[in-house]
Amino acid sequence: MISFLVDKELRVEQHPDPNMTVLNYLRHQLGKTGTKEGCASGDCGACTVVLGELDGDRIRYKSINACLTFISTLNGKQLITVEDLKQGDQLHPAQQAMVDNHASQCGFCTPGIVMSMFALGKNIGQPDKEEINEALAGNLCRCTGYRPIIEAAEKMYADVTPDRFATEQQQTIAQLRQIQPKQQAELSDGHKKSFNPTTLAELSSLLEQYPDARMVAGGTDLALEVTQFHRAIDTLIYIGDIAALKQVQVTETQIELGAAASLTDCYDALNDDYPDLGALLHRFASLQIRNQGTLGGNIGNASPIGDSPPALIALNAKIVLRKQDQCRTLDLQDYFLDYKRTAQQPGEFIEKIMVLRAADNGEFRCYKISKRLDDDISAVLGCFNLQIKQGIIESARIAFGGMAAIPKRATACEQALIGAPWNMTTIDTAKQALLKDFSPISDFRASQAYRTQVATNLLTRYFIEINTPDVTTRVTAYV
Amino acid sequence: MSNHTHKSNSHAEMLALAKQDLTTGVGRSVKHESAAKQVSGEAIYIDDRLEFPNQLHVYIRTSDQAHARISRIDTTPCYDFPGVAIAITAKDIPGLKDIGPLKPGDPLLVEDIVEFFGQPLLAVAAGDHDTARQAAMAAIIEYEPLEPVLCVEQALQTEHFVSEPHTHKRGDSSAALAGAKHKVSGSVHIGGQEHFYLETQISSVVPTEDGGMIVYSSTQNPTEVQKLVAEVLAIPFNKVQIDMRRMGGGFGGKETQAAGPACIAAVVAKLTGRPTKIRLPRVEDMMMTGKRHPFFNQYNVGYDDNGMITGCEMKLAGNCGNSPDLSDSIIDRAMFHSDNSYYLGDATITGYRCKTNTASNTAYRGFGGPQGLIMPEIILDEIARKLDKDPLEIRKLNLYGGEGRDTTHYYQKVEDNVLPELLNDLEQSSDYQQRRQEIKEYNANSPILKKGLALTPVKFGISFTASFLNQAGALIHIYTDGSIHLNHGGTEMGQGLNTKVAQIVAEEFQVDFDTIQITATNTDKVPNTSPTAASSGTDLNGKAAQNAARTIKQRLIDFATHHFTVSEEDIVFRNNHVVIRDQVMAFADFIQLAYFNQISLSSTGFYRTPKIYYDRETARGRPFYYFAYGAACSEVVIDTLTGEYKILRVDILHDVGASLNPAIDIGQIEGAFVQGAGWLTTEELVWNDQGRLMTSGPASYKIPAITDMPIDFRVRLVENRKNKEDTVFNSKAVGEPPFMLGISVYCAIKDAISSLSDYRISPALDTPATPERVLWAVQAIQQDSVKPPAH
Repeated sequence: MISFLVDKELRVEQHPDPNMTVLNYLRHQLGKTGTKEGCASGDCGACTVVLGELDGDRIRYKSINACLTFISTLNGKQLITVEDLKQGDQLHPAQQAMVDNHASQCGFCTPGIVMSMFALGKNIGQPDKEEINEALAGNLCRCTGYRPIIEAAEKMYADVTPDRFATEQQQTIAQLRQIQPKQQAELSDGHKKSFNPTTLAELSSLLEQYPDARMVAGGTDLALEVTQFHRAIDTLIYIGDIAALKQVQVTETQIELGAAASLTDCYDALNDDYPDLGALLHRFASLQIRNQGTLGGNIGNASPIGDSPPALIALNAKIVLRKQDQCRTLDLQDYFLDYKRTAQQPGEFIEKIMVLRAADNGEFRCYKISKRLDDDISAVLGCFNLQIKQGIIESARIAFGGMAAIPKRATACEQALIGAPWNMTTIDTAKQALLKDFSPISDFRASQAYRTQVATNLLTRYFIEINTPDVTTRVTAYV
Repeated sequence: MSNHTHKSNSHAEMLALAKQDLTTGVGRSVKHESAAKQVSGEAIYIDDRLEFPNQLHVYIRTSDQAHARISRIDTTPCYDFPGVAIAITAKDIPGLKDIGPLKPGDPLLVEDIVEFFGQPLLAVAAGDHDTARQAAMAAIIEYEPLEPVLCVEQALQTEHFVSEPHTHKRGDSSAALAGAKHKVSGSVHIGGQEHFYLETQISSVVPTEDGGMIVYSSTQNPTEVQKLVAEVLAIPFNKVQIDMRRMGGGFGGKETQAAGPACIAAVVAKLTGRPTKIRLPRVEDMMMTGKRHPFFNQYNVGYDDNGMITGCEMKLAGNCGNSPDLSDSIIDRAMFHSDNSYYLGDATITGYRCKTNTASNTAYRGFGGPQGLIMPEIILDEIARKLDKDPLEIRKLNLYGGEGRDTTHYYQKVEDNVLPELLNDLEQSSDYQQRRQEIKEYNANSPILKKGLALTPVKFGISFTASFLNQAGALIHIYTDGSIHLNHGGTEMGQGLNTKVAQIVAEEFQVDFDTIQITATNTDKVPNTSPTAASSGTDLNGKAAQNAARTIKQRLIDFATHHFTVSEEDIVFRNNHVVIRDQVMAFADFIQLAYFNQISLSSTGFYRTPKIYYDRETARGRPFYYFAYGAACSEVVIDTLTGEYKILRVDILHDVGASLNPAIDIGQIEGAFVQGAGWLTTEELVWNDQGRLMTSGPASYKIPAITDMPIDFRVRLVENRKNKEDTVFNSKAVGEPPFMLGISVYCAIKDAISSLSDYRISPALDTPATPERVLWAVQAIQQDSVKPPAH
């Protein structure tokens, strides 16, 4: 049984299909059809809704893709959809700004855009252009060309009268307190099951009891199995109610990231030490995905591309795998064995990820190369971490995504660099060595030749960036 | 008749109001009629309609081979799934089995030969979509594979065509080329484009007591859906009613290809007697429906020392996919626009309609025009580089105008050409020359990133080239409270057509915009309509609505002259009032008076475009009523190590005649530009060697996202420039023409690459110019630049 608010109304669900997405729940169970399906794959944003989550004595509003969110995720949260914004005849400021700026044409993407803007306004108030871009990069509009949407987002809170969600916040907080998950919840439609454990112990015993269960944190990849590949998942374990897995801690020596911490939360912890990793996370899918998706999920999913594993491998990150009371620490690079195969044993789960603070690492840069700059899967992801002392390369950790069946280090390239003088001749030698490290595939994202060429060219970019920092080397510098 | 009392103004108040201008008539930036409903989620799309308790949902099972003979289809296993109502194949279709819009070639369900990967083979209807899909996937299908043709060049070489080639010819191009001082020749692949309307194809059908159908279809062409539904059911057209309130985007993709789902749903509904809905999941939509035609274009051009074109031969080979669909007209339009804005000298332009085993390519914003129109831009860039001149100078030199240089290669005179002025204006306002210098300096000092700049014009012909389609109808009722019901044959897909047509009617009656209720396009109200396409929606339907309004208005004037014994000149409609010599009445009161005097307050209106004709035999005529013009200046930055790029600044100046609604027109221009830029940059369609579309969803097919918009985006309308032709309030069409302003981005990318050769070489660059293609072009030019330039 899970409990959540649909706007202000408490709903308790016990027997829904645990594979049901929030989008289908809204459209088919509640008859709320304002939220649209554009792709059912989390790539267009037409289904964007907002989750209100209790965070101490305030509510955090997160835009998410309803099409990729299983219903169990709603437990203990407030679900806000486009229908909830208008009060009587009065449009919400986010809606009114869209009307005033002629920002809807066909209108099909519009509810999703309104909800992304709503969350942006709740979290930031008066956003700047970069914040607007970040909030809306996951909302495709085919009609307007976006200019009026950006203007609407800039102007929506020009008048700062608190909206209904602000004036009613205390009541909502009280309602949410009532339904915070205190014990393990369970959903079942008679065939399929879903569990929301709240402790590591509960999770461990569930994994024991249901060895074939699929763990779901953000579910932004797993849900595709249901919505795109039409495979039923018999047993789901939603780990987002386990507070212990969501902790993010920055100590003097390292950054510890709970496996179920959202990518948005991880960004906040990593960006100061590693601005390039921050920039990468900014271009990682969309805000809706990052609000749901987790670092643990991105690693456990073992995609050959990433985007976070190659960067974390270059940073020499470690992960803690837990089974019952037993923990083991593993270099992240050793976690990936082969295409979609990992070192994770049955009953084990990723508990946390640990990254050294910047002071203990080298010059870190990572480069995401994709067809479209935002919300696109990398053709190549190159991550470089070199320590250079007195003109000599002391250490080198280089990892790539999109170049092999797993996120993988460029060991030959590293060997060519270590101990060599820091100059272009060395880089040229390292480029030759890099050719031995990888034989990438050709697919619709890029050809083998392009991947190889770009991977070597990124070494040149790294050299220029470290050597002549005043030279602009990235088109993303222009915003 | 209204019984409620409305607040009445005094005579003086009314006189004062009647002296003011209407604030919501033509020329005003009235908000889109659905905007408030769209932002609140209250706007109803077909999938949002309340469902019937016995509603069926259909899943279409498609081919997983590109070319094959079907040896067996067995739907018996489909019935093992509880809830399945029916599984249909071609043999279950009661009437016509082919839904080709003009020529056959599009079987509703394949009976014998599969022509592309993703072609519909059978359909299963069940109480829910999931069951229908599972059951459909259980059907047994066996194929005998046949050799597919997947490549347009192969189709061209083997003359594998969906219809015969067509040629435009002016003068003797081979003699002109033989005598030309300089020549350039080459070839380029122009990529296709997925429409990616946010709302996928959808249709919901309800059987009627007369054996007919009420069809809710997301279509740009209700009349054609009506015709095809009637034909597949073998019933008269008058038993089928199409209702279309709004589409979640169309862009041409719902001109012919909305009919398939509607017809399949209708067959299921006919055979089961139950309401039936089909909504295509995104991937199925992308696999099943056609796209913008990819082209393979070859050119051979002669020019003089100044860079003026003296002779030109082009072969434009459109990849039509597996059937004719609208390809004849689409390839024609590519040919009509292969001059863009330029006089080509003696010219021979031939269009080939190549057949491949892919989905049947179809209408898409520009309708083949962009794929032809890009050619002179590629050619003129090349000429400019060879002559070491700025491409803008060469473009201006070749514009239409001057003695003997004002007729196209299909013999239409280019009248009212605003481009020479327009280009000068934009060159000034965008600081083109100054930025050209700044970019040269930037590039000299930037080792990795290079900037590029290009200013390109667009001239686009307005009218359906199939002349009979240039007609439209409208229907207006005025009720006794003075409120107006407006209906017309056009369809609303976001472009603001309903808003503009309502503004036109508001202007005619001099009443506020919200006096007018726009209603769903419906074949019961306005019959025999043309598709909303070719940018013609407002030109045609606006005029038809204007004519309907004028018919009623004339009746009202005739009534008033008799009733008040005044002359026609004494009667003035102004700002919600009617002034009758010394008297003034609220519009609503005047209407009620007319009603009591037995005046008909309802009328249809009709319009046909004058002046146009085209003789295909001689390839001569005036296919276009007028031309719309525009130009864009784009600046980009590229990365020579990765091929990545970003659009930095875009200045647009576009001609919409006297704008009916500046905000809507600017919205069309901006949206079209970004869509055009997407077509030429990141939107790459990739098929594998089995003919399967690999980029079949938004995860793999990348339309512009918010940060792909130009960082600095400045759009202006040409001011004080009425259309010289008698269009509705002298406006110009705006849907398609600005799409091709996106070509300036492609040319700016090429300019940035060319900088690596000190602007001596124009890089060969197929489209879309993905980062990969840009990188290869960079590498090619870096290698070429090492060698001395060949002359």
